[in-house]
Amino acid sequence: MCDTCGCNVTPGNVKFAYKPVEPGATTISVLQGLLKKNDDQADHNRAHFDARGILTVNLMSSPGSGKTALLEATIKALKSEFRIAVIEGDLETENDAERIRAQGVPAHQIVTGTACHLDAHMVHDALHQMDLSGIDLLFVENVGNLVCPASFDLGQHANVALLSTTEGDDKPAKYPVMFRGADAVVISKTDLLAVLDDFSPDKAERHIRELANPAPVLRLSARKGEGMEAWFAWLRGQLASQRARVAAGQTQRPTIQPEGALMHGARATEAA
Amino acid sequence: MHELSVAQALVDQVEDLARQHGATGVHLIRVRIGPLAGVVAELLGTAFPLAAAGGRAEFARLEWVEAPIRVRCRTCGAETEAQANKLVCGACGDWQTEVVSGDELILETVELDIPERIEG
Repeated sequence: MCDTCGCNVTPGNVKFAYKPVEPGATTISVLQGLLKKNDDQADHNRAHFDARGILTVNLMSSPGSGKTALLEATIKALKSEFRIAVIEGDLETENDAERIRAQGVPAHQIVTGTACHLDAHMVHDALHQMDLSGIDLLFVENVGNLVCPASFDLGQHANVALLSTTEGDDKPAKYPVMFRGADAVVISKTDLLAVLDDFSPDKAERHIRELANPAPVLRLSARKGEGMEAWFAWLRGQLASQRARVAAGQTQRPTIQPEGALMHGARATEAA
Repeated sequence: MHELSVAQALVDQVEDLARQHGATGVHLIRVRIGPLAGVVAELLGTAFPLAAAGGRAEFARLEWVEAPIRVRCRTCGAETEAQANKLVCGACGDWQTEVVSGDELILETVELDIPERIEG
């Protein structure tokens, strides 16, 4: 996007671009995203992944919905098929990275201290401390939080939001920004459905559709191994698409980023 | 509260603009925030003075415009208002819509105090 020639002025926002100037002040029309520095860094990270043919998937959910357990089961099943690496984000502890390393794949822990989300700069710093040569699939496990992580592009190609059966099937209606931006939604801990009488996966799916999100909704239990094949198939499909894009010199941003649809309608797929 | 991170990013951006234009101060910053951007305007307003302290934007007034949520239906083509957690078409009820407004997080304008250059 260009902030000098006015090409970011669209029919929708032109009326905000020009306004009368108060005496003594000069008005500058900017019309760029508030998170421009983060977004530039995210684009840089994405170029880094694309240059190495890596598919990067950002996992987001509330704390305790089973992101790490899903990764453990995924690595166990797919590590002979793909080379996998993981970036973990937590406020404190190295626990999750240790769980991933125990599966025999490289993991880097980002300790955010007090920050409630990962941003593109944190991920960039982590990338510099990792050996990504030969990696096919990089997972970023975001800080457990259904609010803040949704607003920051990290350079990933796809967003996955998890919703565990113990959380309530109306979470997508309560946290629309997060679930609207998911390229796939995983309903986790389905083995508990037998003892929960108040969670309806169909209702959860309906709330996701009401966010105008056509993403696949994958019902699974990582602990019991139920429904995992559909998740693996989704990952294989995403990796195949990423390889095709890389071969064609293209990239992909996650389906929706804040401010995306209006400002960057044409940027969904473009030359890297 | 990620609004502080957003406020810091906003201040960085405004200070860059002020520097580029040789401004000594910033009067006004106007942003446009949609409910689907995931940023609460009031919290951004609270975080802004903390992020701006000591810089060129320190005394700037932060104004925000809340963008309404509007969706265009892919099925019937109608453009209607919608709610953040119900982005369905207001005309035919179909969920296959696209958001045409309401997810913006945009710095629209800044008013800078640029001293006149004294010739010679």
